[in-house]
Amino acid sequence: MTEIAFFGAVEIGLVYALVAVGVYLSFRILDFPDLTVDGSFPLGAAVCAVLLIAGLNPWLATLAAGLAGAAAGLVTATLNVRFKILHLLASILTMIALFSVNLRVMGRPNVALLMQDTVLTPFYGLGVPDHIVRPLVVGLVVAVVVLVLARFLASEFGLAMRATGVNARMARAQGVNTDAHIYAGIALSNGLAGLAGALFAQTNGFADVTTGIGTIVVGLAAVIVGETVLPSRALVLALVGCVAGSILYRLAVQVALSADAIGLQASDLNLVTAVLVAVALILPRLKAKAARGTARSTGTAK
Amino acid sequence: MIVVDDIHVTFGRGTPLEKHALRGIGLTIPEGQFVTVIGSNGAGKSTFLGSLAGDVLAETGRISIDGTDVTRWDTPRRAGLVARVFQDPMAGSCAALTIEENMALAAARGRRRGLALALGGDRRNGFRDRIAALGLGLENRLHDRMGLLSGGQRQAVSLLMATLAGSRILLLDEHTAALDPATADFVLDLTRRIVRDNRLTTLMVTHSMRQALDYGDRTLMLHEGRVVLDVAGDERAGLDVPHLLALFARQRGGLEISDDSLLMG
Ligand SMILES: Nc1ncnc2c1ncn2[C@@H]1O[C@H](COP(=O)(O)OP(=O)(O)OP(=O)(O)O)[C@@H](O)[C@H]1O
Ligand SMILES: [Mg+2]
Repeated sequence: MTEIAFFGAVEIGLVYALVAVGVYLSFRILDFPDLTVDGSFPLGAAVCAVLLIAGLNPWLATLAAGLAGAAAGLVTATLNVRFKILHLLASILTMIALFSVNLRVMGRPNVALLMQDTVLTPFYGLGVPDHIVRPLVVGLVVAVVVLVLARFLASEFGLAMRATGVNARMARAQGVNTDAHIYAGIALSNGLAGLAGALFAQTNGFADVTTGIGTIVVGLAAVIVGETVLPSRALVLALVGCVAGSILYRLAVQVALSADAIGLQASDLNLVTAVLVAVALILPRLKAKAARGTARSTGTAK
Repeated sequence: MIVVDDIHVTFGRGTPLEKHALRGIGLTIPEGQFVTVIGSNGAGKSTFLGSLAGDVLAETGRISIDGTDVTRWDTPRRAGLVARVFQDPMAGSCAALTIEENMALAAARGRRRGLALALGGDRRNGFRDRIAALGLGLENRLHDRMGLLSGGQRQAVSLLMATLAGSRILLLDEHTAALDPATADFVLDLTRRIVRDNRLTTLMVTHSMRQALDYGDRTLMLHEGRVVLDVAGDERAGLDVPHLLALFARQRGGLEISDDSLLMG
C-alpha cells in the first residue's frame, strides 16, 4: 500500500467514524435499528455542497449539514414513536424519501466542489502535504465529537437515554420520558451522519446522491470491528472503538483491494462489507448456542 | 394520601378478549399506611398497582395523590410521587448499567434531567453510604454492572433506589416472589425497615397469606376487579391465616382450602 493510499484510507475511515459513532448511538445505546443514515449522510453532503457554492462560511455549512441530518432523524423517530411504525420500516421510509429530497436539494444527481473554500482550505499550504492535512483536520473534528458525546452520555440526560435503550419500562418508572430520549438520540445519531456527509463532500470535492448506499452497513461494520478490537464497557472506550473500527475497516478494505492475489475490485466492496457484517452478527449467536448447554442464558438478547 | 374513586379499567375493549380488569375500586389510603394486597391470579392486583403508577389509565373514576388529581398523568410524570419495585428482579433496574448509574437514575426521579454529570460532585460518596447501610457489602461494588448481582441483591438495591428521590409512595408487586425463602425474608425485612424509616405509604402485593397479615397495617383482598375484603386494626389483628384462606376460598367459589395451601409462603 502506498503512503497516499494509507492516509486516504485513514481519512475516509475518520469521516465514516462519525457515522459509526452515530450508529453506535442508535443500534447499541438506544437499541433502535435505524437505517436513516443511508439518507442523512448524502443529505449532509448535499446541504453542505449547495451552501458552500452559495458562498456560506464552510463551518456554518458543515453545521447546517449536521442539523439537516438531525431533522431527518426526527422524521424517523416521529414515524416510530408517534405513529407506531416499526423502527426499521420507519427508517426505510425516511431513507427512501431522502433520496428524492437530496436530488431536490442539489437540483441534479451530483455537485462538484472545485473552487469553493472548505473547512480544510486554511490548513492547506502550511507545509504539511495535503493528503496528511485532510485526515488531521477530520481527525480533530472526530476527537472533539467523541469527547463531547462521551461527556453527554455521562450526564443525567445521557444516562436516561442509555436507560431508555436498555430497559424502557424501568426508565419510565424512574420518571424518564423515554419518547423524548428516542427523539433526541435518533436526531443526534443522524446529525452525526449529516456531519460525516459534509466532511465527505469537502474532503472528496463532490456530493452525489448515490454515496449514501450502504452507509449503514459500513457504520455497523465499523462498530462491530471496534467492539472486537476494543471490547470495553466503558463508554469513552466504546466510542474510541467505533473510530478505531472505522479506520481498521478501511485499511483492511484497502489491503484486500490492493492484493492482486485475491482478485477483488472496488465494486466488490459492498458485498465484502455485507458478508463481514453478517458473519459478525451470526458469530455471537453461534457462540451463545454453544454456551447454552453449560450456562443459562440471561435472556437479554432479542 | 392516596384517594381512589371508583376506577374502572378494561383491556382490549371491543375485542373478543375484552377484559374488565378493574370494576369500580374506591378507597382511601392515609399517609404512611402499609397496605398488603392479596387475591387470586387475575384478580386485578397488578392492574390496580399499575393504575396507581400510571401504566394503565383508568377509564372512569379518579385518582388523587396528596390532593393532586393524577388520573390522566402518565408513568414518567407520576414517578416523582410513586416509586416501585417489580416482581422480576431484572425489570426494576438496568442490568447493563452499573450500580451507581442505576442509583443516579433513581435519584433524579421526578426532576428535570440536565447536562450535569450524573455521577458528579460527591454523589458517589452519598450512594456509597446509602448502599453500605444495606449490609450486603455492595459499597465496594458501585462500579459493577447491576446484571452481576443476584436476584435478592438486585431487589434490595431496587428498594433502596425507591427511596433516593423522596417519593412518598412505594408500590411492591410480588417483589419477593422470584427469590428463595431465605432471601425473600431478608428482602421483606429490609422492606419493613425502609418503609418505617422513610414513613412511606406502601402497597405490597403478595400471594402469601402469612405475609399479608404479618406485614403492614391493612389488608385488601381483590377478586375479579373489586375489593372484597378490607380489614385493618383489631379486626385484622383477630384474623389468622386459616380465616383468611377460608375467605379467600369463598371468593373463589368454594374451592377446597387445601388447594390453597400452596399459596402459603
Ligand atoms: N395488558 C393487558 N392486556 C389484556 N389483558 C390484561 C392485561 N393486563 C392484565 N390483563 C388481564 O386483566 C386481568 C387482571 O390481571 P392482573 O395482572 O391485574 O392480575 P393479578 O391479580 O396481578 O394476577 P397475578 O396474581 O397472576 O399476578 C387478568 O385477567 C389479565 O389477563
Ligand atoms: Mg400480578
